[in-house]
Amino acid sequence: MPQIVVEGLVKTFQIAERTPGLWGAVRGLARRRYRAVRALDGVSFSIERGELVGYIGPNGAGKSTTVKALSGILVPDAGRCEVAGRVPWRQRIAHVAEIGVVFGQRTQLWWDLPVVESFELLRDIYRVPQARYARSRDAMIALLDLEALLDVPVRQLSLGQRMRCDLAAALLHAPAILFLDEPTIGLDAVSKLAVRDFVKRLNRDEGVTVILTTHDMDDIEALCTRVIVIAGGKILSDGALAELRARVTRERWLTVDLVDAGGAIDEPDAKEIRREGHRVCLAFDPQVVTPAELIRRVTSRHAIRDLFVENPPIETIIARLYEAHGGSAGAPDGALDRTPDGDPDRSPG
Amino acid sequence: MMAAVRPGPLRPYLAIVSARFRMLLQYRSAALAGLFTQAFFGVTLIMIYEAFYRSSAASAQPMVFAQVVSYVWLAQALLAMLPWNADAEVRAMVRSGAVAYELCRPIDLYGLWYARAVAQRTAPTMLRAAPMAVFAAIGLPLLGLGEWRLEPPASLAAGAGFAAALACALALACAISVLINISLLWTVSGDGIVMLVATAVSLLSGLVVPLPMFPEWAQPILRWLPFAGLADLPFRIYNGHIAPGGLALALAQQLGWTIALIALGRRLLGRGLRRLVVQGG
Repeated sequence: MPQIVVEGLVKTFQIAERTPGLWGAVRGLARRRYRAVRALDGVSFSIERGELVGYIGPNGAGKSTTVKALSGILVPDAGRCEVAGRVPWRQRIAHVAEIGVVFGQRTQLWWDLPVVESFELLRDIYRVPQARYARSRDAMIALLDLEALLDVPVRQLSLGQRMRCDLAAALLHAPAILFLDEPTIGLDAVSKLAVRDFVKRLNRDEGVTVILTTHDMDDIEALCTRVIVIAGGKILSDGALAELRARVTRERWLTVDLVDAGGAIDEPDAKEIRREGHRVCLAFDPQVVTPAELIRRVTSRHAIRDLFVENPPIETIIARLYEAHGGSAGAPDGALDRTPDGDPDRSPG
Repeated sequence: MMAAVRPGPLRPYLAIVSARFRMLLQYRSAALAGLFTQAFFGVTLIMIYEAFYRSSAASAQPMVFAQVVSYVWLAQALLAMLPWNADAEVRAMVRSGAVAYELCRPIDLYGLWYARAVAQRTAPTMLRAAPMAVFAAIGLPLLGLGEWRLEPPASLAAGAGFAAALACALALACAISVLINISLLWTVSGDGIVMLVATAVSLLSGLVVPLPMFPEWAQPILRWLPFAGLADLPFRIYNGHIAPGGLALALAQQLGWTIALIALGRRLLGRGLRRLVVQGG
């Protein structure tokens, strides 16, 4: 049986409409108009134990809403959701004892405490026996290179250091499932690589199921064997990265460095999509013209210094997928991935 | 191999209390500043009462002057124990949305917040109460102001009764503190409700004016409101205004209100969370 089953999940938020201006604000006190926004519109998928799944979509697509439902923080309006045989929001305490959660933009560490004291506090909160705690703490320290950070108060950590500590904090109780909500957001290149490497090893060596939401397509390419794409509360695609690519476009790109900057490439089976100085990028369909044939034709007619063939970057694939589904990602940017500080309408009600 | 012993059910809560407690002990300069303010405030209040008692027949007053003085000093020493503010950490969590993490913990959220409140109400009090008591009980007589000093408890029984009533007052103060924190789930900034509660607490607990000094008609109301249990009851047990025979009733009143307010807090927290959850905060 799959570890995570989601079936027909529906969630509608009521968002208070605001009329602009002073008069609008005054009127809003007396009567509020609400607009219903469907954050999840029949989302279904299932995930097996030990999978590493990327969950991607534009802002407001319903990513965070799904993760919140899965972690028991949010109750959907309709649909079924079971994680390890439990309904997250009904058996919240038993459920959260067995999952780890990292929200990239927030920390679960205690701001004023040294890192190690946060860890000890989590040990007590999750009732982890001391011997087991010591083992997983030491493993985390080694894997994430935390030794030098343990006695530093959390507020003095850099974002990258904090994220490494947050990852450790989410895993001290050895959860079987880890939810990562944008774990690399704002990190520098080195920290990103460290986080990716760690997540990959965790999944491979410990068999921890990982669900990763991100806007960073490099995360997806580096980590995920399977990608679920959501937009406007609906799942657009679910499968291996290669399948997704094949489904959206067969296109491939040939980039050539010409000897003469000015020379136009006139090639009926390829389309010039970009030109920067000597460098020209051509898009082609390998079923119309094979890469070998195209290279032969181009090199026979033009003086070439260098060339390479590549797949379009995953960003382009995803952008085309969104476009193909009406271009709209449903809600305007950020409307549903709301954090309370960005959301003035939580106030009275 | 020995089977791993699973830690006891109270350990998470005790760990929270101790961590928050240690954190709050860091605010020593705030405590020191508070100490000066309160010493000044206490002396001012006592001067007012002194003038008041001189100009009226002492027999007409509900408490003798020395009792009023002790009452005032206890109020100044234990000010930080009263539930007059919201937990800054909870406020920040509700604002930033990190409160979601609190829901990801495998423990009862009300218990977690109550544990926070215990630390919030005890740590600053510990920092302030002892120096304040030393100042009022020993410092003032040394300054030649023996009239204004904090007297020892009226009797041994009064002392023991005071300790018990103070423990109950703490439990009650924590229940109210959690209610204040829960209100943040509705109002985000929470300033309005906090100010309302702070005013009610300081006026109705006897902090500003000892409750027996209020008009006759207000006495039965004040006596049975929950706020009396925060300060007035323990203070009057201490200074002997409530005889040891009245102790059981006072404790029962404090505990009754504590239980009622905990029950209310649990309900409201459940509703607030459902709301938060429904809103997807």
